[in-house]
Amino acid sequence: MVTYYSKEQRQADNERSKMSAAGVNKEKKDFWSRLKDSPSTDEFIKGVWKDNPVFVQVLGMCPTLAVTNTAENALAMGLATAFVLLMSNVLVSLLRNFIPKQVRIASYILIIASFVTIIDYVIQAISVDLHKSLGAFISLIVVNCLILSRAEAFASKNTVGKSILDALGMGVGFVFALLCLGAVREVLGSGTLFSFTVLPDAFQEWVIMILPPGGFFTLAIWLIIFNYRKQRKLAQ
Amino acid sequence: MSSSTLNTKIEASSTKMLIAMVGIGIVCALLIVFTYEQTLPIIEKNKKAALEKAIFKVVPGISSTRTFQLTNANELIIADGKDEKAKLVYAGYNKQNELVGVALEGAGQGYADIIKVLYGYNVNTQKIIGFYVLETKETPGLGDKIEKDQNFLGNFKTLDAELTEDGTALKNKIITVKNGTKVSAWEIDGITGATISSRAIGDLMGESAQFWLPIIQKNKDKLIMNEVK
Repeated sequence: MVTYYSKEQRQADNERSKMSAAGVNKEKKDFWSRLKDSPSTDEFIKGVWKDNPVFVQVLGMCPTLAVTNTAENALAMGLATAFVLLMSNVLVSLLRNFIPKQVRIASYILIIASFVTIIDYVIQAISVDLHKSLGAFISLIVVNCLILSRAEAFASKNTVGKSILDALGMGVGFVFALLCLGAVREVLGSGTLFSFTVLPDAFQEWVIMILPPGGFFTLAIWLIIFNYRKQRKLAQ
Repeated sequence: MSSSTLNTKIEASSTKMLIAMVGIGIVCALLIVFTYEQTLPIIEKNKKAALEKAIFKVVPGISSTRTFQLTNANELIIADGKDEKAKLVYAGYNKQNELVGVALEGAGQGYADIIKVLYGYNVNTQKIIGFYVLETKETPGLGDKIEKDQNFLGNFKTLDAELTEDGTALKNKIITVKNGTKVSAWEIDGITGATISSRAIGDLMGESAQFWLPIIQKNKDKLIMNEVK
């Protein structure tokens, strides 16, 4: 079908496109508001805040509770997990049309396990002490349901770019959550933060905070804060 | 968004599955081998540096070390590094190449897991002169005082480990006693609140010293660095 434009219509079209171009320019100036509205930011923020893997989805509890007794361990564990998450998301997304449905979980595990082995060597190369304090929990990243769930629920259905954003968001969210726990536990349990003394010597350390029960207490308190905020937002 | 194979209803053939799995496997294996090759020298360097640091800590005032290994005939020879299971002794020398002491390893069951320690032994004065915990999973805040408690660590600055006249056994067994009740030079003053861990240290030190010290004294000449070398 041939569409016929009248002169007036064409003029109107031109004007409209000019206007929209001007609109884009105007938006460009206001970088932050444009960033805020862009769908990719949404993809990123979703993992950091709205769907935070620890505080909202309550995924990956094993490392969250076990290795957050110091902020340093928490940071290292978070970064290691974020790295594996990012790399496996990229690879799963790249291969999403190549992996047959029947063997997808096996393939994901294979990919994830490989990157976990790689990060295991890298951490050993960075610091033997760090590797020792994280212990078996590095290998256990393989079965962290956060990574598998992102591969299955997101990366296998989306483009590489989107998967990267998703992984970055979730990774940052995981690091943030682990740091929240690790910092609180280290300050109260050892009186230090990243091994720097922050509380006066007179402070009697709450040893329980660096023991397993401390992990549960701290997580519970953070979850209460997050859920309280969410409920108040819903009520408004 | 939903154009992936996940939603297609056509069943993939076995060949396709096999190709996918093997393909991914090969790519992953290559990645791992590459990382392993790249990081191995750094990891070995790190581990060596960590051990070296520990040896320098337990045998104060040394400037070089040599590693010896124990043969089946209870003799000490310079370690060639081929036998990974060989029991090792680290001898420390000062700037004049004189033997200051040896660093020995000990291991034993603690409260949570095996505790591994390294301690220094002065061959001439027959005393334990340094102590360092290599590996521990003791309860933070309680059992891990074996690493931090200054009073406890003070035990190991001069801990008597004299052998009997014939040099086959310790004259007095090294043991941990209750905090504040130490009277003899071979006793370790324990830690209140870390009874099991500090007792474990006493036991494992006693056991290790009982095993090693007669061997060290017997092979004393071999440990001394010859000027010719």
